[in-house]
Amino acid sequence: MAYDKFTILKSSAVPMPIENVDTDQIIPARFLKATERKGFGDNLFRDWRYHNDNSPKTDFVLNNPTYSGKILVGGKNFGSGSSREHAAWAIYDYGFRAVVSSFFADIFKNNSMNIGLLPVQVSEAFLDQIFNQIEKDPDTQIEINLQKQTITLLATGAQETFVINGYKKHNLINGYDDIDYLQSMKEEITRFATSRV
Amino acid sequence: MASTLFDKVWDSHVVRKIEDGPDILFIDRHFIHEVTSPVAFLSLEQRGLNVLYPDRTFATADHNTPTINQHLPVQDPLSANQLKALETYSAKYGISHWGLGNPKNGIVHVVGPENGITQPGMSIVCGDSHTSTHGAFGAIAFGIGTSEVEMVLSSQCIMQPKAKKMRINVNGKLSKGVMPKDVILYIISQTTAAGATGYFVEYAGDVFRNMSMEGRMTVCNMSIEMGARGGMIAPDDTTFNYIKGKDKAPKGTDWDSALAYWKTLKTDEGAEFDKEYNFKAEDIEPMITYGTNPGMGVGISKSIPSAEFIHSNQATFDKSMTYMGFGEGQQMLGKKVDYVFVGSCTNGRIEDFRAFASIVKGRKKADHVTAWIVPGSHVVEAQIKEEGILDILTEAGFSLRQPGCSACLAMNDDKIPTGKYAVSTSNRNFEGRQGPGARTMLASPLVAAAAAVTGVVTDPRTLLN
Repeated sequence: MAYDKFTILKSSAVPMPIENVDTDQIIPARFLKATERKGFGDNLFRDWRYHNDNSPKTDFVLNNPTYSGKILVGGKNFGSGSSREHAAWAIYDYGFRAVVSSFFADIFKNNSMNIGLLPVQVSEAFLDQIFNQIEKDPDTQIEINLQKQTITLLATGAQETFVINGYKKHNLINGYDDIDYLQSMKEEITRFATSRV
Repeated sequence: MASTLFDKVWDSHVVRKIEDGPDILFIDRHFIHEVTSPVAFLSLEQRGLNVLYPDRTFATADHNTPTINQHLPVQDPLSANQLKALETYSAKYGISHWGLGNPKNGIVHVVGPENGITQPGMSIVCGDSHTSTHGAFGAIAFGIGTSEVEMVLSSQCIMQPKAKKMRINVNGKLSKGVMPKDVILYIISQTTAAGATGYFVEYAGDVFRNMSMEGRMTVCNMSIEMGARGGMIAPDDTTFNYIKGKDKAPKGTDWDSALAYWKTLKTDEGAEFDKEYNFKAEDIEPMITYGTNPGMGVGISKSIPSAEFIHSNQATFDKSMTYMGFGEGQQMLGKKVDYVFVGSCTNGRIEDFRAFASIVKGRKKADHVTAWIVPGSHVVEAQIKEEGILDILTEAGFSLRQPGCSACLAMNDDKIPTGKYAVSTSNRNFEGRQGPGARTMLASPLVAAAAAVTGVVTDPRTLLN
């Protein structure tokens, strides 16, 4: 098992109504110097979170105790830019298990699913609803049901279904990863390689 | 049935299709570097797996490396650690490795093509989003995350849903002083930073037909900046002539059969794309970015547009303008420049340095400007010296550094200080990309040269002969 299984997540959420959040913000390049996957949660949004002297920037949402939870809600085009999987690690290691947005950059979306972090794409209207609900009540509970592919604002019952391909969904629910699957196909792969030459 | 170039190359690599899932693609070439591979190798070892095809894997050290005094031990212990890890793992698994000091060392997306490793019709991946560069050869090339690096090392395959298809046509003739970098910056300013997400792009039309391989690489390199999975250009005689004779290029009868196959790699008449754009070369002028994503660019003679004009929400636009110290309606010409960076996988090849030299020749670097001129590889470095470009640079007050990714992402010491303005031939102007608080303006080598000698944002066409 590669990561925690994802079935139903019920949690409050941290709102980040900024568009085009790129992976350089999520995890600046100077933190990519690791040879192990450790400590990435500490450096999540590092330069938005801390001043150069390491004192916290009080106006940044992660430093605001009013907001907490396992769900991060971001503005459209979340995760754009570099392919660094470290961005997904940082979000996951910090404690989030799902990211909600109206639009995800491709590589980030893929990287997230590969490590057990669920990207949930909703309509722009529903995203606005979520931000408004969190503003009204910072502790508002959101339920993400991967089996049913639904995301629900429990306070109001407002709900949307999200798209995810069957293979990835199966992996996330069971905590499986692609590497095990591909290892089981090794013979077929080597036959294919030989036929290509 | 009429198929596109993308279809032909993709379909020929599918080992298996998964029902309501991704395709399993066989990977012809896997490039690795020291930042995204060590963790993959560690995980490989922990699982007790082997590298399936070491001879299809190529390692180079580029992201973390210093660009001066490369003969000395690397100062930063973390960087040194990553470089050592890459070297050790490559040796362990029998993978070709070009470390610091190796004459073939350089930026991964420069050395691959330079050595004939990149070829038409191939599937190519690397743990770096600018892998799209190799699409210039009519290959399917894209960036992957560390878990996928491990996947490719252990199975030589990757799982990818087949992307939608976009074609971007640019026809006509580029005006003097307009470079391939301007073409791609123009395209992204029109499609926006997320405009091609979910698509694989084919670039077609006169402008690409007439472009050199290095120019095509610059264009394909920045495909990711409009969210595209990758970008490709159909191979032609320009492509074949570039590859012929290169180290890893097929030779003899292998060349003949490869060439016959490569000539079939083009989009059929009547093939359909999910989305198509048409642009005119005459509409493109030298470009420069003013904001904090590569889509926020304008013609150098123009002023900064409004949030509405670029389909951005006001808050995000304002944040970007505050960071840059710029405002809507301001002219870009005349803005002060503190640093100039020429290099990166986007513009670190010999034609880029020729362009830079064409403007600085007979002129002097502006006193207050700090310039970092970084070749994409030792091969490029040698050409710079051979062609007398180094003499031109020295005469004008510039010095040449050693190859590496350098200030593009500032993982080494080449960091732009907080608040300083840099005109950079690299590919990203995100907040803090070139150093915390750094203010990046992306541009072509000609625009960078003009800025380097005048000290302000300048239209290079006013300095051309």
